[in-house]
Amino acid sequence: MRRHIPLIVLTIAALLPFAGFSTYVMHILILVFIWTTIGMAWNLLGGYCGQVSFGHAAYFGVGAYTAGILYAKLGMSPWWGIPFSIVIVGIFALILGFIVLRLRGPFFALATLASGEVMRITAENLVGFTGGSLGIMVQERTWVGKLWYYYIILLIASATYFLVKKLIESKLGYYFVAIREDQDAAESLGINTTFYKTIALCLSGTITGIAGAFYTNYMGYIDPNVVFALHDISIIAIMIVMVGGVATYLGPFVGAIIMVVLAEFIRSLPGLGTAYQTLFGILLIVIVIYLPNGIVGDFPKLSRVLSRMVRTSR
Amino acid sequence: MFFGGLAAISDVSFEIKKGKILGLIGPNGAGKTTLFNVVNGFYKPTRGEVLLNHEKISGRRPHEICRLGIARTFQVVKPLQRMSVLDNVIASAFLRVKGRAQAEELALETIAFTGLLDDRDLISRGLPLGKRKKLEIARALATRPELLLLDESFAGLNPRELDESIEIIKKIKERGITIMIIEHHMKVIMSISDRIVVLNYGEKIAEGTPLEIADNPLVVEAYLGEEKGA
Repeated sequence: MRRHIPLIVLTIAALLPFAGFSTYVMHILILVFIWTTIGMAWNLLGGYCGQVSFGHAAYFGVGAYTAGILYAKLGMSPWWGIPFSIVIVGIFALILGFIVLRLRGPFFALATLASGEVMRITAENLVGFTGGSLGIMVQERTWVGKLWYYYIILLIASATYFLVKKLIESKLGYYFVAIREDQDAAESLGINTTFYKTIALCLSGTITGIAGAFYTNYMGYIDPNVVFALHDISIIAIMIVMVGGVATYLGPFVGAIIMVVLAEFIRSLPGLGTAYQTLFGILLIVIVIYLPNGIVGDFPKLSRVLSRMVRTSR
Repeated sequence: MFFGGLAAISDVSFEIKKGKILGLIGPNGAGKTTLFNVVNGFYKPTRGEVLLNHEKISGRRPHEICRLGIARTFQVVKPLQRMSVLDNVIASAFLRVKGRAQAEELALETIAFTGLLDDRDLISRGLPLGKRKKLEIARALATRPELLLLDESFAGLNPRELDESIEIIKKIKERGITIMIIEHHMKVIMSISDRIVVLNYGEKIAEGTPLEIADNPLVVEAYLGEEKGA
């Protein structure tokens, strides 16, 4: 039964639009799947391979701008951004990885944080290329309704899910986890740690870039402070995976639902408004202390606590 | 091997004959683990070379050296903590075989060889020391090495575990694998080594058969005289 959960989730997700939701709810769902994709990508590098990146906005932004610049400078449809970003973000990730993967632990984290910020500032300053702080606006909207956007991002997210699952169940998965658990031991066992860390980073970055390219097409407007955002992209990506469950297949999806839905819910409460950031912080602290493997990772513990609460309240 | 101005090892030269067991002993801080790190590829020797079957391997990365046939265990054991015993060995088995099924087969065979078959699904983080040491050996063996470097695999074991580990070493030798072993446990090293090299303050002070070493006054003074075995 448990094995079928992903397929059940996918089926429900595919049928959801027929429930006749408002465009607002559809927007929320699209956001959930964008974040699921970013989260799963981050999880590959951070959760499974153990390289905690604080700069995934760099890949998201490069992907977003790939789509944006193809449109603004070359007059192409921004949808070309998705296939193009595979190459462009891939190369970008390779170059960035060549620099930052020499570092371990907190130093790697700091270097990735810096790289995200460097990209943001670069995009702001290369005004002739990126439009600077004015950003890029896509004038033509491909579809008025949300339906096709929803199915495209659902396709991207599910493809990511199955790709990650296939990879982790293979030799690559064992090598990633070995590197995470003990890089020196892994190296001594014949694992080319530099090579495999680079694969993890490039895959992780490229998938995030695809999400970025989709974002440009969906939102119709990008600027450096949105797509290269340290908190709103890089940090939220980490929080989603940590809350949902690091190194689990469905963790990022659960995390995305919680973060997106919670953010919207709290934002709508009068008087609370932007306090949702504080509540996220508190939620993250609670998770790290009591459920360090996230909701999916520590699900047995969570269900025990919940059932005990239900029993005592009767 | 110099770290800045400090010579951790200087002028240490020796040969290991294929299929034999070479013991490496010396007081703490003599440079034994540093020597392993040089052979294994974690350090590039500042002077000198390491040759495997007459081919220079010094300066290459540890994973390449493992591929070429040298496997090692660590003094402070390094299990892949959140993985099970079986998964630990599967990870290293992937070096030589393709496909998960084959890796699992090789892993199971190696685990059985080291007596850990019943524990194969236990998470390695929770294992007692004796089993962790066996896991270190099993993982190194799954890479099908020509030369196995064992760093204090007998430290902290109780008498029964010691006997089991000695049996495993003998079986490894029977398979034709060459072994170099760092040990403080005198009885063990004297009984299983074919030859012994003694280090003190980074220099080789003696080399010979166990009997020759036991009689060597330099060795006795530097090492055996200060502590009567373990």
